[in-house]
Amino acid sequence: MTPVAEERDAYRTSFERFAASTVSTEPAWLRERRTAAFARFVEKGFPGPRDEAWRHTPIAPLLRTRFEAADPSARVSAALLTGAGLDGFRGPQAVLVNGRLSAELSRLEGEHPGVEVLGLREALQARPASVEPHLGRLVGEAGVFSDLNTALAGDGAVVLLAPGAILAEPVHVVHLSAGEGTPSLAYARTLVVAGRGSEGRVVETFAGPDGWTYLVNAVTEVVVEDNARLDHYKLQREGAAGFHVGALAARLGRDARFSDHSIALGALLSRTDIDVSFEGEGGECGLYGLFVLDRRQVSDTHSRIDHARPHCTSRELYKGVLDGASRGVFNGLVVVRAGAQKTDAWQMNKNLLLSREALVHSTPQLEILADDVKCKHGSTTGQLDPAALFYLRSRGIGEAEARSLLTYAFASELVERLEIEPLRRAVTRHLQAHLPGPGELSEATA
Amino acid sequence: MLEIQNLHAKVGDNEILRGLDLTVRAGEVHAIMGPNGSGKSTLAHVLAGRPGYTVTQGQVLYRGRDLLALSPEERAREGVFLAFQYPVEIAGVSNVYFLKAAVNAIRKHRGEPELDAVDFLALAKEKAKFVEIDEDLVRRSVNEGFSGGEKKRNEIFQMAMLEPALAVLDETDSGLDIDALRVVAGGVNRLRTPERAMIVVTHYQRLLNYIVPDFVHVLLDGRIAVSGGKEMAFELEEKGYSWLEKEPASTPAGAGR
Repeated sequence: MTPVAEERDAYRTSFERFAASTVSTEPAWLRERRTAAFARFVEKGFPGPRDEAWRHTPIAPLLRTRFEAADPSARVSAALLTGAGLDGFRGPQAVLVNGRLSAELSRLEGEHPGVEVLGLREALQARPASVEPHLGRLVGEAGVFSDLNTALAGDGAVVLLAPGAILAEPVHVVHLSAGEGTPSLAYARTLVVAGRGSEGRVVETFAGPDGWTYLVNAVTEVVVEDNARLDHYKLQREGAAGFHVGALAARLGRDARFSDHSIALGALLSRTDIDVSFEGEGGECGLYGLFVLDRRQVSDTHSRIDHARPHCTSRELYKGVLDGASRGVFNGLVVVRAGAQKTDAWQMNKNLLLSREALVHSTPQLEILADDVKCKHGSTTGQLDPAALFYLRSRGIGEAEARSLLTYAFASELVERLEIEPLRRAVTRHLQAHLPGPGELSEATA
Repeated sequence: MLEIQNLHAKVGDNEILRGLDLTVRAGEVHAIMGPNGSGKSTLAHVLAGRPGYTVTQGQVLYRGRDLLALSPEERAREGVFLAFQYPVEIAGVSNVYFLKAAVNAIRKHRGEPELDAVDFLALAKEKAKFVEIDEDLVRRSVNEGFSGGEKKRNEIFQMAMLEPALAVLDETDSGLDIDALRVVAGGVNRLRTPERAMIVVTHYQRLLNYIVPDFVHVLLDGRIAVSGGKEMAFELEEKGYSWLEKEPASTPAGAGR
């Protein structure tokens, strides 16, 4: 038997065991969606070398690894908790350990009017009407990893914004991978529903220990109902040997506004598939991302924005900073359907290569089937500007510090978009720690 | 202060400087003129240490040391300053941070205590008056979106902040209208001291009405063709450079001093 077929069998065993254990506790609609999702996985299998969507992503090491299901009651080390940067968030905070909500580490009570944050298992019992229309439907049939997540995620986080609710503090959902030794795998599942006219921010942080091989398979579904606004932030700081495969699916109602800010700093390999669709007129969407890579790290972002309705606006800016022998992939597709007139779409990917071994594949794409639209896209990949470097050095600033300064300036455009103080501080600290020089870089930007 | 001997330099495969000699003493202002392509800007860049400029022969002694052996940042810390013909725009880096880093790198090198934010801003405020630079510009990204005149004023502002021993001004007057030129020249004149030397590279005699040099040199084909006093600038303005090209380059009185 080939290793891949063996792997598929291992998944089949865990699915059968999982299905048997949940048969009495989960609603029929969910069991049906799980079975269908698993059937799709069996049919399609893992992506092969000729799979276009994975062509530039070296997932062989991930597929070669035998992962055991991670233990949801694994002990969380103090170092991991500190590294996850929980301090400074004052809103509701859900902490999931290897996919399961930890009541002990979470802080869900308190006065947060208009928002309810609960575990998925609990939400299925307590708020089935809020979950059933969306769970597993938004992410659809996007890919085998999200199919596996839909089939096997036993718990997760559910964030419900009541219609008209205005959240002062962001909701923080923390996905921790805890363990050691045997390679393990966990499913992170999040559902956010922003009710009509509500406004809120949700931060998802992913963190795990260095030196342990593990896989996080994450799916986040976001519903932004009519005239609501939801800003989503994702901070990926997985451990250095971790694999992270994530999907984000968002559906926007009429005049809804959605943004995602994705910061990828960790993991050996991280992949994010983003899928946004406008289901009403007048929607606005902004996708922003920064990946900072070193050594042999790989980061891959695939985004798809579906302008299915007229008068919608999308903005997309992704930046990569690549050092060592790292590799970045950006694939951004904007689809403007027939009849989606007055679409305004702008997409840009900029990459900074700090070493000769670093490599980036950038593919911005527009697919336009309407005739009265404003669409623009572009991509640049380059090194630090030698003229700027010389200019700084000619004023007495050392070469290493000049390089740090210019690198920070390149990334800062996205760091400054992080309007959540503890999040921005965490990212700035990370950059500062990786860029040599005596200066306080957070003060460097204009 | 500066002794350039038989300097030959290439940019890529093109030999631009072909045996240039020049001596500059403390307190002196030397104007370097010459037609396009004669090597004026190359000389300025070689002195500042721009990568891509290769010295193939000759030497440059700065305060008795081999200037060419120093990195660009070491030259700056030792007191060499280049005012760029085309100041570089650096998006995302604030002028204030940039200048504070530069000032403190130089102070550290001199064994002086670094300036804190308060002292630095007080100094910047004082020096900004030299070139009537707007405080708003000081806070913005380095040169980003500045007009041509603002960029040149920013160069002289930096020079005032860094207090170099040797300043090389590369076509600081190019593209300036007369009001901006007066401001920039006024700033430069306030920085003239008996300890400081300046090399003013210019394409136009006009600048020398405002910054009056002690010596004028004409660069032709990568070497100094003729040298003289400030009155020579007027002669050049009248006659152009073509009359020089017919004379042998090695004979003019005072060349290389």
